[in-house]
Amino acid sequence: MAAAPTSAFGTSRRSDLIFLVLFAAAVLTAPLWASLIGAGYPDLLQKWAIYGLFAIGFNILFGLTGYLSFGHAAFLGVGSYTAVWSFKLLGMNVLPAVFFAMITAAVFALAIGYISLRRSGIYFSILTLAFAQMSYNLAYSVLTPITNGETGLTVLPSDPRILEQLAGVRDTVSTPTTSLFGLEMTGYPGFYFCAVVLIIGFFVAMKIARSPFGTMLKAIKSNQTRMNYTGFNTRPYTLAAFIISGMYAGLAGALLASTDPLAGAERMQWTASGEVVLMTILGGAGTLLGPVLGAAVIKYFENIFSAFNDQVLMEMFNWLPETLQEAAVAVAGLFVGEGWHLTLGVVFMLIVIFLPGGIMEGIRRVQKLFRRSDGASRTDTASESA
Amino acid sequence: MSILTVQGVNKSFAGLKALNQVNLKVAQGQVHAIIGPNGAGKSTLLNCFVGRLEPDTGTVMFDGQSLLNRRPHEINQLGVARVFQTPEIFPDLSLLENVMIPAFAHRDGAFKMNWLPRIDGEAEIRDKALHMLEEVGLADNRSDHAGALSRGDKRRLELAMCLVQEPRLLLLDEPTAGMSRADTNNTIDLLKRIGERGITKIVIEHDMHVVFSLAHKVSVMAQGTVIAEGTPEEIRGNPKVQEAYLGGAHL
Ligand SMILES: Nc1ncnc2c1ncn2[C@@H]1O[C@H](COP(=O)(O)OP(=O)(O)O)[C@@H](O)[C@H]1O
Ligand SMILES: [Mg+2]
Repeated sequence: MAAAPTSAFGTSRRSDLIFLVLFAAAVLTAPLWASLIGAGYPDLLQKWAIYGLFAIGFNILFGLTGYLSFGHAAFLGVGSYTAVWSFKLLGMNVLPAVFFAMITAAVFALAIGYISLRRSGIYFSILTLAFAQMSYNLAYSVLTPITNGETGLTVLPSDPRILEQLAGVRDTVSTPTTSLFGLEMTGYPGFYFCAVVLIIGFFVAMKIARSPFGTMLKAIKSNQTRMNYTGFNTRPYTLAAFIISGMYAGLAGALLASTDPLAGAERMQWTASGEVVLMTILGGAGTLLGPVLGAAVIKYFENIFSAFNDQVLMEMFNWLPETLQEAAVAVAGLFVGEGWHLTLGVVFMLIVIFLPGGIMEGIRRVQKLFRRSDGASRTDTASESA
Repeated sequence: MSILTVQGVNKSFAGLKALNQVNLKVAQGQVHAIIGPNGAGKSTLLNCFVGRLEPDTGTVMFDGQSLLNRRPHEINQLGVARVFQTPEIFPDLSLLENVMIPAFAHRDGAFKMNWLPRIDGEAEIRDKALHMLEEVGLADNRSDHAGALSRGDKRRLELAMCLVQEPRLLLLDEPTAGMSRADTNNTIDLLKRIGERGITKIVIEHDMHVVFSLAHKVSVMAQGTVIAEGTPEEIRGNPKVQEAYLGGAHL
C-alpha cells in the first residue's frame, strides 16, 4: 500500500508547523514591518489582532461549516460587556475578563445557535440577524441596568474590584487601567497581549481545521444530506461550530474592552456583524490565513480612508484647474472620511465578482503564474490549504 | 431468514399513489433486485427505508427493529447504507476524505468532538479507505476533488463510501446508470465480491444484464405495487412482467 498520501489532505504536519512559525513571527514582528506602510502604532496593530481573531472564529462557522451568520457582533458585544463587568467586580486583570467573556459568549451562542440552526441557508442568516438586533435593542432598553444604555458601560474608581480589594491595592481615586498582573495593557504591552492571544487562536483554529472534527464540518458544508445518510447527526456538529465561533467573538470583545474598558451597544449593531462577513470573504473564506488578512486590510484602509478630509483631498488634487479640483474633491469626498464604507462596498463588490476566493485566491493565482514560468509542475499543497 | 420485511406500505403524493400496499421480504445475505418502469415507485420505496420519507401506512422492519420514525443517521447507524440515484458525495473534498468520513461514522458513531488528532494521523481509517478506493479502482485519484469525477466514477466512489461502513444492508439505486459497459462489468464483479462478505443488497436496476448476473431474487414493480416476484428465470418468462415493460424487448 502507498505511503501516507499527505496530498489527499492538502497539508502535512511539517508544512503546518512551518506555517504556524511564520505566522507567529509575522505577528510578533508586526510593529517593525507595519511601520513601513504607516501602520506601526499599537492602536491599529491591536485592532488587527482583535478583528483577526473575530474573523478566524467566524470562519470556523462560515468558511468550514457553510453557515453564514449575520449576527456574530452580538457575541462581540456580550464579550465586551462581560469583560467590563469583570473589571468592575473582580478587578482590572485582563485574564479573568477574557475567561468570563468566552464563557458568557458560549452560553449565548448555545441558546441562539440551538434555535437558529434549525434552519439553514438564508433562513439561518435571517434568524441570527434577528437575534443580534434583539440583543442590540435589549442592551439599549430593558437591560440598561446591566449595559448602562446609551452611555455605555465603564469602570469607575468606586467599583468594588474584589480581587484588588482583597490584595489591598484598590485605588478608589483615579480611573483604573487594565493590566496583566500589574503590566498595564496600554501601548505595546497591550498589543503583545493581543498578539499572543491571536497566535493561540490561530493555532487552535488550525488544529480544528486539520482534525477529523474539522473534516466533518467541511463535509457538512459540502453535502449535509450525505452526512445524514452516512450516519452523522449533523446538529451537534453545527452547534459546536457555532459555539466555538461565538467564543472567538466573545474573546475579541473582551480584548476590545481590555484595550479600552468601555462597552457600548453599537458593538452589536448589524453593521458590525456585516463587517466580519466582509473581512472573511475579502480574505478568503475557508482558508486559515484569509480571515486574518481580510481583517487587517479592512482595518488598515478604514484607518487611512476615514482620516481623509476635504483639506487633504484639496491638496491631493491641487494639480487640477480650480473648478475640476472642486469637482474631484466633491466626488472623492464621498468615499473617504465618514463615507469610507462606500469605498469598502465598492472594493467588496469587485472582490466578489472578480476574485470570489478573496485575497487568498489572488495569492494562489500569482503563485501559479510564477510556478508556470519556473517550469515546475509540482504543486505546493501547503499553500493551497493555508 | 429475512433481514428486511416490508408490509402493506402506502405512500401518496398529493393524490398520486406512489406506493400501493407494497410487501417485500429480503433474505439475509442475498441480492434482491427491484425492477420496473420509470415512475413505478422504486426510489420512493427506498426512501421509506432510510428515513427520507415516512410511509402513510405500513411497517418496515429491519432485523427486528422498525425503520419508521427514525432519522436518517440513526438508520445508517443500525447498519443500512444507501447509494442514491443521483450520486451524493462530498464534491469539495478529496476522494480519500470522501471515503474516510463514512469510516469515521462507523467507528465513532453519530457525533464525536474529535478535534485533537490530525486527520492524516488516523492511519487505521486512512488505510481502510484507501483499500476501499483500490477495490473500486479509484485509488490513483485519491487526492482529486470528488466534484471533478465523471458521473460513473462518482457512483463508484459513493459505493466505496457505503462499503467502507461494512453495512448489513446496502441499498443501491441504479448503481450502474451512466457507466460504460466495462465499468458496469467491474461494478458487477465488485458487488459479487462483497456479496461473499454477507452484505444483504437491494438493487434497483434497469440493466437486465446486471439484474440477471447478480440477483438471487427479483421483485417487479409497476404503478406503485409489486406485480411479480421470483428468481430471475421465473421473472424472465412472466407474461405480466413482459406487459409492464411494454413488450419487454430488452428482457
Ligand atoms: N417527493 C415527491 N413528491 C411528489 N411526488 C413524488 C416524490 N417522489 C416521487 N414522486 C412521484 O412518485 C412516483 C414514483 O417515483 P419514483 O419512486 O422516483 O419512481 P422510480 O424510482 O421507480 O422511477 C413518480 O410519479 C414520482 O413523480
Ligand atoms: Mg428511481
